Amino acid sequence: MIASILKVLLFPGLLFLGVYSFVLEFVDRKVYARMQNRKGPPWYQPLADMLKLVGKKVILPNNAQKFVFAALPTVSLTAVVTAFLCAPVWGMQAVTAYEGDLVAVLYLLSIPTLCHFLAGYNSHEVYSTIGAFRTLTQMFAYEVPLFMAFLSPAILAGSWSITGIAAFYAARPLYVLINLPAFLIALLTSQSKLERAPFDAPEAETEIVGGALVEYSGRYLAYFRATAVSELTVMASVIAGVFLPFFTGNGAVDFALYLVKTFAVVLVMVLLRATMARIRIDQTLKFFWSVLTPVAIAQMILNLLLRGGLGL
Amino acid sequence: MSERNDHKVVLPIGPQHPSLKEPGSFKITLDGEKVERAVVEIGYNHRGIEKACESRNYTQDLYIIERVCGICSHAHTSCFCQAFEDMAGLEVPRRAYYIRGIVGELERLHSHLLWLGVASHEIGFDTLFMYTWRDRELVLDLLAQIGGNRVNYGVNTFGGVRRDLEADLMQDILHVCDQLEEKIKYYADLATTETTLIARLKGIGVLTPEDVRHFSAVGPVARAAGILDDIRVVEPYGVYKEIPVNAVTDDHCDVYGRTLVRVKEMLESIRLIRVMIREIPEGPISVRAPRKLPAGETLRRVEAPRGENIHYIRSNGSDMPDRVRVRAPSEANWHGMSYMLEGFQLADVPIIIAAIDPCYSCTDRAVSLSSGRDEQIASWDQLRLFGIEQYKKNGIDPGSIAIRPF
Repeated sequence: MIASILKVLLFPGLLFLGVYSFVLEFVDRKVYARMQNRKGPPWYQPLADMLKLVGKKVILPNNAQKFVFAALPTVSLTAVVTAFLCAPVWGMQAVTAYEGDLVAVLYLLSIPTLCHFLAGYNSHEVYSTIGAFRTLTQMFAYEVPLFMAFLSPAILAGSWSITGIAAFYAARPLYVLINLPAFLIALLTSQSKLERAPFDAPEAETEIVGGALVEYSGRYLAYFRATAVSELTVMASVIAGVFLPFFTGNGAVDFALYLVKTFAVVLVMVLLRATMARIRIDQTLKFFWSVLTPVAIAQMILNLLLRGGLGL
Repeated sequence: MSERNDHKVVLPIGPQHPSLKEPGSFKITLDGEKVERAVVEIGYNHRGIEKACESRNYTQDLYIIERVCGICSHAHTSCFCQAFEDMAGLEVPRRAYYIRGIVGELERLHSHLLWLGVASHEIGFDTLFMYTWRDRELVLDLLAQIGGNRVNYGVNTFGGVRRDLEADLMQDILHVCDQLEEKIKYYADLATTETTLIARLKGIGVLTPEDVRHFSAVGPVARAAGILDDIRVVEPYGVYKEIPVNAVTDDHCDVYGRTLVRVKEMLESIRLIRVMIREIPEGPISVRAPRKLPAGETLRRVEAPRGENIHYIRSNGSDMPDRVRVRAPSEANWHGMSYMLEGFQLADVPIIIAAIDPCYSCTDRAVSLSSGRDEQIASWDQLRLFGIEQYKKNGIDPGSIAIRPF
């Protein structure tokens, strides 16, 4: 009992998520800076930024609903943190694993996006409203390919739990190659979900001054930032669990492998962020619906056929 | 929130906004993401430069004119000095012309690199922004070596230049040119291959040749529509009388075309600097200039990085000008702005504004709308005929200028 509480609270649960999110944010910012020929921040910068933001004064917009305005950051952070408990970190076994947790994780990860929308809409400000609607528009663009990309490996594995999928592919590592298109789609859609360049139209600084969160300040903004950073960690962990399921059976070695895998995923995402211009929201929609969705559908059909064909 | 009854949103961009480098106001009426109407309001940065010039003597004016623009300070002083030298009848040494030319082309390099950085920042491509601004430092360091300052180098003076270029400094310039050429070629390659960049720039902010003539747009905006209005080519001055410039034009008519024009102009600038350094003659760098100008008036044009720069001086014979008029290139490009913005998306607004390389403080003027005593209204045709006559007096036949038919 105590052991499982410690697992949830300390390792590999909340505390680890917090620390590792700061590490990944540092990696993200540092590598991004080095790619741009800048020096980049020191290692403690993400933590320092967070502490500073938490200590700042909170300003509530006059015509916003106060309770909703204050509750949204907490709700979105909670959803992301809950999702992390289903990702395998130490060994193949996640803290909580049950049949269907992959679907639960994907839905939990939709909550921050909806919170962004509500936050922007509730702020009653022209920039944040436009940002909110762009957030929602983008969500309609990426959600379908994202779900299909994550569910395709599940179909082949015949399991709806991340741990189960990992176990299936760990036993048959070559099957991972079948899911390569889905892996690429998952990377791109995650980039879009996290609102990072080139899919950062919802928070385009030079157009709508930061988008949905423009009225947020102080600790509420800090929670939203924490959400974004943890979301990066959770997405990287889930991608590592579903698409890169290589395990040795030894807990510590698997943990090291987990770190390598998530680092690799984050590095690819930084590369995407650094090498492209922000595309317009209509171009985003077009790209996701006319390029990624058909590929995702094809992947799903292929996996369904293989599931029957391979006699699994 | 400024929402109207018909559910259309008026989005204010400016006077303070992250995409604007100087204060200016754009009221964008949105229909969804589409810009339905754009109202441009400038005038937040009026500094009274012209009036300040009229209450000081010419030598003091030179310092003010140097500060008209924070980027193309040399183009403004070049223009002002040429106007002064014209009226005073000064014979400027050839070496001075070459030094002016070299500094002018270096300035064009740093201005266009700055623009490329700003433009890529507007479309969210911060990596290119950091790269170009890093490379711009090379040019700024050179300019600091030449004039002692990174922006207002104070090279020009009446009757020549104030700073000579020594042999090792010229070697440094050539060295930097080699470094820059490689990088700019890389950017040119990037501009023609990077998918997201092209997707964001192509087909937006369209200004066809007819529109360019209608709105009197100048500089890279006009050249991107195939209209060759490079003053260095159509009305050569100074060093460009001896070293011809290869004109750069483009047929895209949009923001993408303006990008290509600027990138190609940078390569041309590097070529010009190399030729100038090879051909630079020995000799004095300035002649003594008078303090007073004879009564009269003159108007000179110089190609600044942003386009045609016009200075007008009217003298009443004293050591102070009676009237100074500075027409910075951005002033000509503002007129088409609303037209360029309307019909495109909100996401395109910052880059369309940035594509004319706007300089707000150079542009803002106080305009009095009350009519003067002897007011005269000339039609376009009369003005055109008058212009052709004036040019023929100066020995230039405008009939030889290639005008693109449409």
